[in-house]
Amino acid sequence: MKKIIRILIAKPGLDGHDRGAKYVARALKDAGYEVIYTGIRQTPEAIVKTAIQEDVDFIGLSLLSGAHNELFPKVVRLLHEQQADDIIVLGGGVIPDADIPQLKASGIETIFTPGTPISDVIQFIEANRERVSR
Amino acid sequence: MIDLAEKVLKGDVRAIARAISWIENNRPEKEHLIDALFPHCGNAQVWGITGPPGAGKSTLLDKIIEIERRKQKKIAVIAVDPSSPFSGGAILGDRLRMQSHATDEGVFIRSMASRGHLGGVAQATSGAIKVLDAAGFDLIAIETIGVGQTEIEVVGLSDIVLLVLVPGLGDEIQAMKAGVMEIGDIFIVNKKDRDGALKLKAEIEYVLGIQFADYPEKMKPIVMTVASMNEGIEELLTVTDDYFLKISNDGSLQDKRKTYLKSEIRQIFMQKVSAHVNHKYKFENRLDEWVDEVYQKKKRPYSLINEKINLFLRECNWL
Amino acid sequence: MPESKHIDDQRRSWESGIVQKVTDKNPERKREFTTGSWIPVERVHLPSITTDVEYTEKLGFPGEYPFTRGVQPTMYRGRFWTMRQYAGFGTAEESNERYKFLMSQGQTGLSIAFDLPTQIGYDSDDSHSEGEVGKVGVAIDTLKDMEILFDGIPLDKVSTSMTINAPAAVLLAMYIAVAEKQGVSRQDINGTIQNDILKEYMARGTYIFPPKPSLRLITNIFEYCAKEVPKWNTISISGYHIREAGSTAVQEVAFTLADGIEYVKTAIKAGMDVDAFADRLSFFFNSHNDLLEEVAKFRAARRVWAKIMKEKFHAKSPKSMMLRFHTQTGGSTLTAQQPDNNIVRVAIQTLAAVLGGTQSLHTNSRDEALGLPTEDAVRIALRTQQIVAYESGVTNSIDPLAGSYLVEDLTDKIESEVWKYIDKIEELGGMVRAIENGFVQKEIQDAAYKYQREVESGERVIIGVNKFTVKQETPKEILKVDPELRNIQIRKIGEARKTRNSEAVKTRLNQLRNGAKHPEVNLIPLILDAVREYATLGEICNVLREEFGEYQESIVL
Repeated sequence: MKKIIRILIAKPGLDGHDRGAKYVARALKDAGYEVIYTGIRQTPEAIVKTAIQEDVDFIGLSLLSGAHNELFPKVVRLLHEQQADDIIVLGGGVIPDADIPQLKASGIETIFTPGTPISDVIQFIEANRERVSR
Repeated sequence: MIDLAEKVLKGDVRAIARAISWIENNRPEKEHLIDALFPHCGNAQVWGITGPPGAGKSTLLDKIIEIERRKQKKIAVIAVDPSSPFSGGAILGDRLRMQSHATDEGVFIRSMASRGHLGGVAQATSGAIKVLDAAGFDLIAIETIGVGQTEIEVVGLSDIVLLVLVPGLGDEIQAMKAGVMEIGDIFIVNKKDRDGALKLKAEIEYVLGIQFADYPEKMKPIVMTVASMNEGIEELLTVTDDYFLKISNDGSLQDKRKTYLKSEIRQIFMQKVSAHVNHKYKFENRLDEWVDEVYQKKKRPYSLINEKINLFLRECNWL
Repeated sequence: MPESKHIDDQRRSWESGIVQKVTDKNPERKREFTTGSWIPVERVHLPSITTDVEYTEKLGFPGEYPFTRGVQPTMYRGRFWTMRQYAGFGTAEESNERYKFLMSQGQTGLSIAFDLPTQIGYDSDDSHSEGEVGKVGVAIDTLKDMEILFDGIPLDKVSTSMTINAPAAVLLAMYIAVAEKQGVSRQDINGTIQNDILKEYMARGTYIFPPKPSLRLITNIFEYCAKEVPKWNTISISGYHIREAGSTAVQEVAFTLADGIEYVKTAIKAGMDVDAFADRLSFFFNSHNDLLEEVAKFRAARRVWAKIMKEKFHAKSPKSMMLRFHTQTGGSTLTAQQPDNNIVRVAIQTLAAVLGGTQSLHTNSRDEALGLPTEDAVRIALRTQQIVAYESGVTNSIDPLAGSYLVEDLTDKIESEVWKYIDKIEELGGMVRAIENGFVQKEIQDAAYKYQREVESGERVIIGVNKFTVKQETPKEILKVDPELRNIQIRKIGEARKTRNSEAVKTRLNQLRNGAKHPEVNLIPLILDAVREYATLGEICNVLREEFGEYQESIVL
C-alpha cells in the first residue's frame, strides 16, 4: 500500500494573502495527501519546528509580499541546522522568474509560479515520492 | 531502531516524530520500538478532549499549555482530524490555534488523520501516546474529532476525559441523548459569555443528576470558561488536579489503565491470530469459493462455517 | 395562429420556433450561461420596470433616494471620478518621487501603500519585519518618514487615501502632525483611512488586536474626526479584499454592507447620533471582468445601503444614506502569462467601475502578477482611466446602462441575494459573531475553491493561462526593491531616537497606556501627542498590544 504523504503548507512572514495556500491545501487533500496547514504569519523557526514535529515529507511555502529571497532560504538553513535536510521544500506565490535560480541554489527544490495548474504540483510530489524516508 | 528508542528517551524531537510516523505507517519495527520504550511509560497524565466542532477545544488547549508551561511541565498534544472517505487525504488544521507554542521546546504537537479508523482517534494514537510518555512529557492531551457519537475509544486510552460544550449550537440536548454525556469525566461549558450558558449548565447538571442519583459522590465537576479570553482556565486546572489525585488514590486510575491495557493486548493478539490464520490458511482465497456455495444454496451458512472450522483445526499446524 | 401581444407568449413561441431550429443543428456553447459569480443569465432578458411607480421605487434619480442611479445629481458631467493610483514602496523618498510623477501625469488624488510591517504596527528593526521592509509599500517608522513622504506636497491641496487598518489611528495622527508643520489646519485636510478591521479578520490578514479594542479605536476615530477633522472619510468599508479572497459579487456586497452595519451599530452604541458620522463612511469595491454583473452590483449596493440606513438606522440626512465608493480593478484577475493582456482586462474593469458610478478609481498595472508597477506600466494604467473619461463617451450621461433589461434584472437579483446574507448574518448575531464562527470565511473559501476548480478543468477560461498559451514568455522588466532598505530604515530609526526627547516620549507612551486601560477615553489625542514627540509606530502599537492583546487566527478550512 502506498505510504501516505504528509505536507506542511506554511505562510512565512507577514503576508496575509491565503487564498492560494488554502486552495492548494484543499486540492492536495483531495489528491489523497495529509496536509498540515498552520495559517498566516509563521516565522521560519516555527515552520521548521512544525515540520519536524509533524515529520512531513514536503514543505510548501506560500508568499506574495516579496520577502521570499530572505525568508525561503532561511527556512532551508534552519532545516539544515536541525538535521532535517531530507524534507523537500517547494515554494509558490508572487516570485519573479529572475529570482528562481538563486532560490534553487539556496535549497528550494522548485518554485510554482502564478497560474500553475495543481496537477503540476501533484506530479512533482509523486515524482519525488521515493525520496521521502519515513 | 534501538537507536531510535534511545533518542526518544533522550527527548530528541526528530526521533519522537519519526517514531510516531513508524507507528502510523505500521512499520514492522514498531513492535521492538514500543517494547523498548514501554518500561519508561506510565508517568504521563493522559487527557482526552472531546466535544462538537466549534466548541473551542484547540483554543482551550492553547491556554492550558500556556499555564502548564509556566509550571515547567512538558506538554504534548495529539490533534486528530478525519480523513476524507473519498480521497484518503486530510486537512489537519487544529494546531493553527496552538501555534504560539510552535518554538517552545517543552511543547510537542502532532496532527493525526483518522485514516478511516472509527472511534474518534487514530489507530496509531495509543502507540503515539507511549512514545510521548517515554520521551518524558508530563501531560499528553488527545484532541479528538469531536462528532459526538463516536468518541468511545478516547475514553479507554485517557486517564481523564474533558467534554467541552458550548451554548447556542442547538445540539447539546442531542449530544446528551446520544449517550455522549457518559464519556465525560469533567464537563466544560466554554464561551460562557454567550446566551444560554447557564441553561446549558443546568441541563448538564440535570442529566448527570439522573445518572448519579444513587451515587451523588460520583457527581462529575462542571467548569465554566471563556477560553479565548483566558477565563476559567486556572479553575479548570485545579479541578483536573483534584480529579487526578482522587482517581490515583482510590485505585480507579490503575483499574482504568489496566482495563485498557487488557483490551489492547486482546485486540493485538486477536489481530495477529487472524493475520496468521489468513496467511497460513489462505482464508481470503477460500472464502471466495465458500461464498459461491452458500449463495447458490448448495450449502447453508452455519453448517459450512462449522464444517470448515473443524477441518481447519485438524488441518493446521499452528507453528 | 394569431400572434399574442404579450411578450412572454412571444418569447415562448420564439424559443420553440426559430431558436429550437438553430439549436437542433448548432447547440449553444454551454448548457447553462451564468455571470462570473454564477448568477444564471437568459438568452434574452425582457423589461421588468414598466411603470412609473416601479421606476421611482427601484431607480429614482441620481442624488436622490434610493440612489440606484448614482449618489451625485450631476456625476461625471460635473466632475470625473478621482483618479487615484495606489502607490508606495521602499523609502519615503522613493515614494514621494512616485507620487510627484503620478500627479504630473494627471492623477487627481493620492493613495498611500504602506509596507506590511507598518500595516501590522512593527518597526523596521523588529524581528518580524525581516525581509518585508519596503516590499509592498512604503516603510513608515516615525513622523520623520511621514514628513519626507509628503515633502513638497501641500496637504491643503490634495486628498490622500491611506490604506491602513489596525494602526490607522497612528498614521492619521502622523498625517495631521505633518499638516500642522505645513501650517495646514486639520479642519481643512481631506482624505480617507481604510480603517476597516472586520475585513482584515475575514480576508486580508493585517490585524493586530482582537475585535473589541479594535472597534473601540474605530469609534474613537469617528468621534474625533466628526469634531476635529470634518472633511476626513473615517473609514473605507471594503469589499475589494473579500472579492480578491475569492468571494462572489453577491458576497462582496453582502459582507461589506454587513460590516458597515456592525460599524454603525458600534458607533451608535458608543453614544453617537447616526447622522453625525454616517456621511463620512465610505466604501471600497472590486471591479471584475464580468462587466454587466459588476455594473449591476454597484447599483444594487447603493440601493441596499440606502435602505439599510433609512429603514434600519433611521438616518434623517440623505448624505447618511449615500454609498460613496472607491474602486480598484481586480488584481486577482490579472495573469503572469502574457502580461500585456492585462491592459485589456483593466480597460474592461475600468468601464465597469465607471458605468457603475464609482467616486474614485485605481487601475492595476499590467505587471500586477509579477511585482509592484514600473513607471511605464503605471502610466498606462492611469491613461486607461483618462481614455475612458475623455474618449469613450460613457461619461456624457448618468447611469447609461439603466433600463438595460439584463442589467436591471441582475441588479434586482443581486439585491435580493444580498438581503438573504444580511438577514442570515443578523441571525448569527452580527458580523463579529459570524467571523468568530467562520461562517463568512467558509462562504468565501467555498466560492474560491469552486472558481479555481473551474479554472483547473478549463471550464472557466483565462486567456494565456488555460487557453491560447504561449510556450516561451518574453521576459519583462519588473520593479525591484532594494534589499538594503531594512538597514537604511534601521539607521533612520536610530537617528530619530537620538534626536528626540526621550523623556517626553516615555511620558506620552505612559499616558497612552493609561488611556488604553479606560474604555471611555478617546485615544486619538494621546496618539497625536506621542507621534509629535517622534515615538515610533512600533512603540505606540506595542503599548496597545500589551493592553489590548493580539488577535489569534482560529478558522481553518
